[in-house]
Amino acid sequence: MLVYGLVAFVVVVGGLLLLLDVVPTYFARRRERQLLAIAAGEIPAPPSGRVGKSREWGFALIFLLPVLMLLAIGLVVPLVRTTLLSFKNGGSTDWVGLENYGWMVTDDGILGVLWNSLLWVVLVPLVATSVGLLYAVLVDKARFESVAKSLIFLPVAISFVGASIIWKFVYAYRSEEQDQIGLLNQIVVWLGGTPQQWLLDSPLNTLLLIAVMVWIQAGFAMVILSAAIKAIPADIVEAARLDGVTAWQMFWRVTMPSIRPALIVVVVAITVATMKIFDIVRTMTNGNYDTNVIALEMYNQAFRYQQVGQGSALAVFLFILVIPIVIFQIRNLRRQREG
Amino acid sequence: MATTTPVLPGTSAEPMPKTVAGRVRRRLNTRAATVVSILIALLWTVPTFGLFISSLRPEDAIKTTGWWTFFSDPQLTLDNYNEVLFGQSASSGQLANYFVNSIVITIPSVLFPVAFAAMAAYALSWINFRGREWVYIGIFALQIVPLQMALVPLLSFFSRGVSLGGITLMPAWQLEDEQKFIQVWFAHTCFALPFAVFLLHNFVSQLPGELMEAARVDGASHAKIFRTIVLPLITPALASLTIFQFLWVWNDLLVALIFAGGGDETAPLTVRLAELAGTRGNEWQRLTSGAFVSIVVPLIVFLSLQRYFVRGLLTGSVKG
Repeated sequence: MLVYGLVAFVVVVGGLLLLLDVVPTYFARRRERQLLAIAAGEIPAPPSGRVGKSREWGFALIFLLPVLMLLAIGLVVPLVRTTLLSFKNGGSTDWVGLENYGWMVTDDGILGVLWNSLLWVVLVPLVATSVGLLYAVLVDKARFESVAKSLIFLPVAISFVGASIIWKFVYAYRSEEQDQIGLLNQIVVWLGGTPQQWLLDSPLNTLLLIAVMVWIQAGFAMVILSAAIKAIPADIVEAARLDGVTAWQMFWRVTMPSIRPALIVVVVAITVATMKIFDIVRTMTNGNYDTNVIALEMYNQAFRYQQVGQGSALAVFLFILVIPIVIFQIRNLRRQREG
Repeated sequence: MATTTPVLPGTSAEPMPKTVAGRVRRRLNTRAATVVSILIALLWTVPTFGLFISSLRPEDAIKTTGWWTFFSDPQLTLDNYNEVLFGQSASSGQLANYFVNSIVITIPSVLFPVAFAAMAAYALSWINFRGREWVYIGIFALQIVPLQMALVPLLSFFSRGVSLGGITLMPAWQLEDEQKFIQVWFAHTCFALPFAVFLLHNFVSQLPGELMEAARVDGASHAKIFRTIVLPLITPALASLTIFQFLWVWNDLLVALIFAGGGDETAPLTVRLAELAGTRGNEWQRLTSGAFVSIVVPLIVFLSLQRYFVRGLLTGSVKG
């Protein structure tokens, strides 16, 4: 199948580029003929300007064609359809109005899920960004800086499933009489405590799952914030130092204001990633023991219980939560372009 | 130390306390900083390290003692890897198959969006047409659509085709077994595009305009400019996007779960691994070695190309 895929790739991309080569030569020839005809006085000269503009449109369309088509099929149409499905019943046969949304805000199980998701969305960006920032400040200009940064950055490359298994092993439980094989329980035992079933007790288990996400995202925050810190102009730092500020003042009065844009980018990116979190919960607890989140519940409703309407309502809810972030991002983008 | 020049009493008595106190405070500061940073570094590396050590220990050892006992009683074996990759029993993992699936899924799912996004980024930055700004903002905004919203309709697009008012515009694809790879490629390509266009647009729009103009004056077509000028210049950006997309596809679970199905013909490593974690949560010898198999490829790619990856992250986010 891989060969088919590669052949398809060569055909599609090569075909588009070929098309882009053939079309302009065709137009060029035609224009040449036209110019000759005009020179010979056979036809009147066309109004200039308009022709060139519309031809540019054509080129742009060929360049944009695959992206626009795929986005329409893969994202835009699904967006509309999912929204419609959320107003239909489980088998998508009848319209049920707002029933699915009513179910969402009254069902106790779902309320717990929403509550957990809120905990994720508040804690993960906050803790991951703080740890990343702290570490970026601490190792800045230290010896072995690049190695130290790579160590924290490494989990970014690990899949959520892989990370879940790594941490499941850390949280592993053996009864008191046996030797512990999970690091966390061993530390508890060394400190004289009794081993715990970490993933069974709510709300502690949700916090421990959140720790996994923090572990993955902190490296991402660290890299971006570290670059922002390094981009602070040296003369500002020097001036502050001459004024005799302490390290603490330097951090709050100089570093923080200077890296504000990067900080916003990091928090937004981690927030969006956290809203869609699914893999960690599914692999570690499968949403049991009160650890479920919106994205996993949506998957369960739509694909396991065949309640497409309810699943779609959850997806729409997720989308509505993200809309303010889109608007915020677009405003940032426009400001950046004007500036 | 014996040969230090004697200090005249009185000359250094005055400034000494100040500098000493200052130095002590600074040292304490840096010491606290060092301790905290080492602590964080340990917390971030020890879990992975533990997994790696465990994956190399014999089954009994993993199940009875913690991996840290390895330091007092080193026992190493490759049995776990052998079993998890090539074992014949249904419970062993048979990861070799899934590993191949992961590769088959990943390569086209990386190539397609990168190529399409590069073309779109060029059009959006250097071809003048009306509404350009709005097309770009539209694509940018689609970045935020949660994948979850697209799953049900996209799945029905594959299985039922498209019909409008009773007329079939496109027949159902009816893909089976191995052909399901096409669905996965398609889905990954769609979902990657908004971010890919955004990232590449940042690079392409910053290329010097005089270069394009000069080429236009010389009579080069858009296709020619794109191939001979733009593509070579944005190679670093293409590299970073490729790494991004590679990590995202290789590590993905949700898309694979829905579009590839769970069979060993099409499912990638992550799906199989999640399944093992669910059904054989106490078979640590398989889980640890299996997890390491799935981690090792992205880690190698990541470590060797880290520089490009970081550069890509930074142009996408930090400006000025």
